[in-house]
Amino acid sequence: MYGNDFAPPEDGPGGGLLGEVEAAEAALREAAARARRGGPAGDEDLEAYFAGVVDADQKIEPRDWMPEAYRKTLIRQIAQHAHSEIIGMQPEGNWISRAPSLKRKAILLAKVQDEAGHGLYLYAAAETLGVSRDELVELLLNGRQKYSSIFNYPTLTWADVGAIGWLVDGAAIVNQVPLCRCSYGPYARAMIRVCKEESFHQRQGYEILHTLAHGTPGQKAMAQDAVDRWWYPSLAMFGPPDGDSTHSAQSMAWKIKRFSNDELRQRFVDMCVQQAEILGLTLPDPDLRWNEQRQSYDYTQPDYDELLRVIKGNGPCNRQRMEHRRRAHDEGAWVREAAAAYAAKQNSRERVAA
Amino acid sequence: MSTLDFTLALGDDALIAAQRLGEWTSRAPEMEEDIALANIALDQLGAARLLLTYAGELEGAGRDEDALAYLRDDREFRNCLLVELPNGDFGVTMAKLFFLAAYQLPLYTALAGCADERLAAIGAKARKESAYHLDHAALWVRRLGDGTEESHRRMQDAVDQVWPYTHELFTPAPTAPVDPATLRADFDAQVRDVLDQATLTRPADGWTPGGGRDGLHTEHLSYLLAEMQVLHRAHPGARW
Ligand SMILES: [Fe+2]
Ligand SMILES: [Fe+2]
Repeated sequence: MYGNDFAPPEDGPGGGLLGEVEAAEAALREAAARARRGGPAGDEDLEAYFAGVVDADQKIEPRDWMPEAYRKTLIRQIAQHAHSEIIGMQPEGNWISRAPSLKRKAILLAKVQDEAGHGLYLYAAAETLGVSRDELVELLLNGRQKYSSIFNYPTLTWADVGAIGWLVDGAAIVNQVPLCRCSYGPYARAMIRVCKEESFHQRQGYEILHTLAHGTPGQKAMAQDAVDRWWYPSLAMFGPPDGDSTHSAQSMAWKIKRFSNDELRQRFVDMCVQQAEILGLTLPDPDLRWNEQRQSYDYTQPDYDELLRVIKGNGPCNRQRMEHRRRAHDEGAWVREAAAAYAAKQNSRERVAA
Repeated sequence: MSTLDFTLALGDDALIAAQRLGEWTSRAPEMEEDIALANIALDQLGAARLLLTYAGELEGAGRDEDALAYLRDDREFRNCLLVELPNGDFGVTMAKLFFLAAYQLPLYTALAGCADERLAAIGAKARKESAYHLDHAALWVRRLGDGTEESHRRMQDAVDQVWPYTHELFTPAPTAPVDPATLRADFDAQVRDVLDQATLTRPADGWTPGGGRDGLHTEHLSYLLAEMQVLHRAHPGARW
């Protein structure tokens, strides 16, 4: 592991969520250890068998029968998650060349590299459902599949790197920790690995903001400005409010999703309030207050019309992000072709030699 | 060449190489390559930090790795010109990396056995990394050289373009902890083998640009530093 060469702040975030990831990992091992039924009995229908495995909190594996809609939902969700990791490299990659110390440069480079790794595990998880990475990349490039809208916002200052780590990676973890218990085995296992790394990212982001918030007045202002700009887009990462969410109910029944958008958003808000206090930064919501009855914070909803506009392609950076990805893909074509041609030549040489 | 100048030169080579490789992040021809280039950039950056920290100690003026990286101007940098050249296409980047690694591997190997304990420890760590960089770059030189017609043409162009900058690496420095002139035979053998396998031609020697070790750089370095240093310099004395 590169770049985690600093002691995390005593009161830093991530501990509780990391604990949940570990619990999910233990549950996964237990589920694997419980004698799994070897397959449907002769007279049992496949659908009933599938439902039984899901109900028993066992994992569906690639070889198992699954409803076509379950497969499609998973492909779409895992692919969009993979695309998000790959596109998400851009906003933070934007600061690698200007990172203000060599230590920060190393940590950031390693972080962006981790995101590429997350993209790879996720594409590999999607491939177990019978679709190829190339097909999925094509769906990203031609705009038929989306990535998380959060990456359509620009990183304008160094503090944005901190805010992304703290808030965006933080929201991603809150979203993803329940996915560590997803009914589809390869996705659950990929999520465990991803969540562990995301929790490092969140700590690193928090650490950046902590340093800035306790630095010069200019640094503190930079940190506050970044939190002001990233707070509501981060809340919007949990998706539309429950009433308007189209995929939720079925995904819940299949145990792909385990909590509603609004439940996860609330969890995230509750987690951030105390951390913001320790940072000495203000969350830009004058109506944020503890609700004794609900044992949660009341907060202002993000602007869902804005979310919709960004999803539709009209955020500040949608065009830039896609153009960047298409250009990298197009400019790399001759290299990929060369690698394929070379491999084919090597194969035929080996065959001749054999 | 004093131990300080030598350490600074190696540290600057690694730092500027890392900066250029970092520019590839999210732009590589395939996702696996994005990860590989970031790995190599991280290795170079790691070596740069160790070398610059030690250079600061040798200098004894209280400068740490960041003071040396962020607060010197281009005329004070001691890196070779090869590493500051723009990335170009992927072929040019691989030509640069291949020549750099074919130099750094015997250099760090010799350093691992030198009398200066700090430098020996850095050499011992870095040579393992250089061996991987060399493997990686050599594989791409072969793939591109012996791939398609287009890749062959591009790779030969890249080698032709970068080759003149390799001579500077071996400028004799008999008093340095490792005299770079002693590394030339190793380098030449490595280059000959890989270019042969890649069906590429070693360019003829002629023009031999240099000056980096004396702080006389190409026009590119000042732009690279402007970008690298801008934020650090905008907040004098701040901690990050
Ligand atoms: Fe990630
Ligand atoms: Fe992350």
